[in-house]
Amino acid sequence: MRINLTSVSVDDQEKALRFYTKTLGFRLKHNIPLGEHAWITVVSEEAPEGTELVLEPAEHPAVRRYRTALVEDGIPFTSFAVDDVEAEHERLVAKGVRFVQPPTDLGTVITAVFDDSCGNLIQIMEEKGQP
Amino acid sequence: MHIICHVDIYRAIADRTRRAILDELVDRSGQSLFELCGRLIMKHGISSSRQAISQHLDVLEAAGLIRTRREGRSKLHWFVGAPLKAIGERWPISTDEDTSNPTEEGIEE
Repeated sequence: MRINLTSVSVDDQEKALRFYTKTLGFRLKHNIPLGEHAWITVVSEEAPEGTELVLEPAEHPAVRRYRTALVEDGIPFTSFAVDDVEAEHERLVAKGVRFVQPPTDLGTVITAVFDDSCGNLIQIMEEKGQP
Repeated sequence: MHIICHVDIYRAIADRTRRAILDELVDRSGQSLFELCGRLIMKHGISSSRQAISQHLDVLEAAGLIRTRREGRSKLHWFVGAPLKAIGERWPISTDEDTSNPTEEGIEE
């Protein structure tokens, strides 16, 4: 068994596709129209055959309540791995991304949290090497 | 601004976790519950549940030691030091005091 998909619930799939590709830099893998919505997945440029991230419409009322509660407490919907949190923070801020938590050194990891403008907070995390 | 104090500050700061929360809010103002919990577990080894930390925050807020504000759709927390002035006013440090201070052993908890 393998994990091939994970998902993030988004307010607007087209807007999300722009943000996750043009701003974050992921690559579009599938964009299949399915009536009102579409099956959209993106992958990392660093691992195009790796796990796909589904940009899923946040339509169900329970999903909206769930996301509202997460954002209220500052809890990220999901987390991505990066090599250098400081560099990513600088790159994304320059593109207008709003960070709710700047790069923070937590000992074994450095994390930061930004707003994906599609209804979620997203964490980026760098694992620090052994000194 | 009028701060309503339902909890006295002595009770509010008489707890290791609540003091650590204040330390972290002094380190960075305007943190969410998520960020605070991350700092408490990673920097202080305090692995209480988010719900427990939320209750500690309620106590600190009732004592006037923190303030919350919405930013966007998130609730953030700020440290407010003003109520602590009462301690220094109640037991002021006199100018001719001998500050070659006695050992503080045994004060903790």
